Amino acid sequence: MSETTVGATSLSGFWRSFRRSRMGLVGLFMLVTVILMAVFAPYIAPYDPKEVIRVTIDDIYAPPSAAHWLGTDDAGRDVLSNFIYGSRVSLIVGFFASFISIFIGSVVGIVAGFYGGRAENVLMRFTDIMLVIPDLPLAVVIVALTKPSLWNIIFVIGALGWTGSARLVRSQTLAVKQRKFVLRARSIGAGNAHIIRYHIFPMVLPLIVVNTVLVISLAILNESTLSFLGLSDPTALSWGQMLNFAFTRGAMSARAWWALVMPGLGIVWAVLACTLLGQGLEQVLNPRLETHYLAVGAQMVARPGMEAQV
Amino acid sequence: MRSLRQAPVLLEVRNLNTDFLTPGEAPAHALADINFTLREGEVLGIVGESGCGKTTLMLSLMRLLPANGRITSGKVNFMNTDLLSLSEREMGDVRWKNVAMIFQGAMNALNPVHTVGRQIAEAIIQHNYITDQKLVTDRVVELLELVGIGAERKDQYPHQYSGGMRQRAMIAMALACNPQVVIADEPTTALDVMIQAQILELLAKLRDKLGLSILFVTHDLGVVAEMCDTVLVMYGGVTAEYADVDTIFNTPQHPYTQELLRAFPDLTRPTEKLVSIPGYPPRLNALPPGCRFAPRCPHVFERCHGERPSLHPLNGRHFASCHLVESESTISPETSKFPGKSGEK
Repeated sequence: MSETTVGATSLSGFWRSFRRSRMGLVGLFMLVTVILMAVFAPYIAPYDPKEVIRVTIDDIYAPPSAAHWLGTDDAGRDVLSNFIYGSRVSLIVGFFASFISIFIGSVVGIVAGFYGGRAENVLMRFTDIMLVIPDLPLAVVIVALTKPSLWNIIFVIGALGWTGSARLVRSQTLAVKQRKFVLRARSIGAGNAHIIRYHIFPMVLPLIVVNTVLVISLAILNESTLSFLGLSDPTALSWGQMLNFAFTRGAMSARAWWALVMPGLGIVWAVLACTLLGQGLEQVLNPRLETHYLAVGAQMVARPGMEAQV
Repeated sequence: MRSLRQAPVLLEVRNLNTDFLTPGEAPAHALADINFTLREGEVLGIVGESGCGKTTLMLSLMRLLPANGRITSGKVNFMNTDLLSLSEREMGDVRWKNVAMIFQGAMNALNPVHTVGRQIAEAIIQHNYITDQKLVTDRVVELLELVGIGAERKDQYPHQYSGGMRQRAMIAMALACNPQVVIADEPTTALDVMIQAQILELLAKLRDKLGLSILFVTHDLGVVAEMCDTVLVMYGGVTAEYADVDTIFNTPQHPYTQELLRAFPDLTRPTEKLVSIPGYPPRLNALPPGCRFAPRCPHVFERCHGERPSLHPLNGRHFASCHLVESESTISPETSKFPGKSGEK
């Protein structure tokens, strides 16, 4: 065997395997477009949503035109510009909230799985309680009680979304803990901190990475839901908020479909991007998913006739 | 022959008892009154069928039993310190620095996400045996070359090694901190005979070169005959027979040892039929009231069912726990090294 078989350990090797996953590539492309849109919003958007404008009755829910490619909303603002700026909040909430979730989930999962006993009991029963409490009503209550600022929403979504990751990470930790190299590390004289850092964490990391990407999509969805219910930072324009305004301010009766469809598509786009990327990453990080011997099928046996085809 | 009788005693195990606790059930007595001595440069073979407590004994010595294991009594004296009285932190220092272990099934004992070199260095760094990073790398290379693996292989991962190489890497790892005692837990299982011979040769070479004492756990009596100086035959958690290797093979006294030897092929007696010992080892939480081997013993008589035999000294260096031995032997107290402890008080 040569050095090239090291595979997913180096960055170029990682990219080489990732390239083979078509879904992952599509997801990556979709996510990159959203990120670029959010980063370069001031350069792309035709109008500034915060600009003070004079509105006439014709500007309200104006259908798509040359001046407003996607029409205007209830305040006479350009929907396309709102849509482009709205991606910023969705992504910020999505990324930060999922990092909070994954951090809490990983710590709880590794501690519970590794130490076991009473620590595990306490942590996992707490996780179960958090899991059975419906997220959305609780989030609504907390956001309603605190000020619905951007950071409050990030914190609430992050603090409610970690349960699934905690259970996943715990189960993986339990499996890794039983492996013999942990016993070997123990017999080397290693302590718990060393074993967790050196032996458990690297084995759990792929799961955490994949899960992070999937949790981002959940967080984006949660943020949109909260905003749609009117629980968003009124100064931070997001896709959910656009939906909320369109829905509550008569876009339906005005037949202004453009005010509803665009933010909806944006949410679907971002969530789908994360899901596809997550699946692609999983294929790279778990090589067993990629080349199962059954998938090779008939090509496994070299036949004289087949060489011509290849 | 190397003379071992004068060599200083490194490890002395006295009346070691280990239980496994199961909630709602009687504790399983996995080890009962195990005694042995390991001298410098000595290779002690520990044999017995599966489930007789060999691995439990190894893990008890390292104090690495699973969570429900308890060492209930006994002493493990290593160079005049009782390992069982040390704190967990002090024990952590003893592990690998003084007593290292070669694990069975090297693939599982190596972490697949770290390079082999890094894992060998792990032990060195853990004990601050060498602190300079450059010297650690030198030491890793030196260790790998000691077991016949090229230095360029240190940056490879376990899956890039063959089975025999992994086992040799495990041996290199065990030697990382120059331990005095190496516990080899079935180091040659799952390897074919050629690789097995290679590993055994390597271990013998290392013993001579480094003066290691080795506790060699195995099923394979052929390996025992080749490698070991003394042999401890275990059955159902107790010592069946303990003697030097020639005595065990030439004049075994315990019926279990005799049966075990008859169950093993012998080139000098090609026409003899191999026998198997009928039955199974006893369940440790439902032990027979008398001798643990009584239900399977070909020479059983009624005393065996009622009374546990103690470990009888046949002479200063040969011990067997059997009622038959007691009636035949001439016990001379001054040559006996252990008090003949019974399994049950």
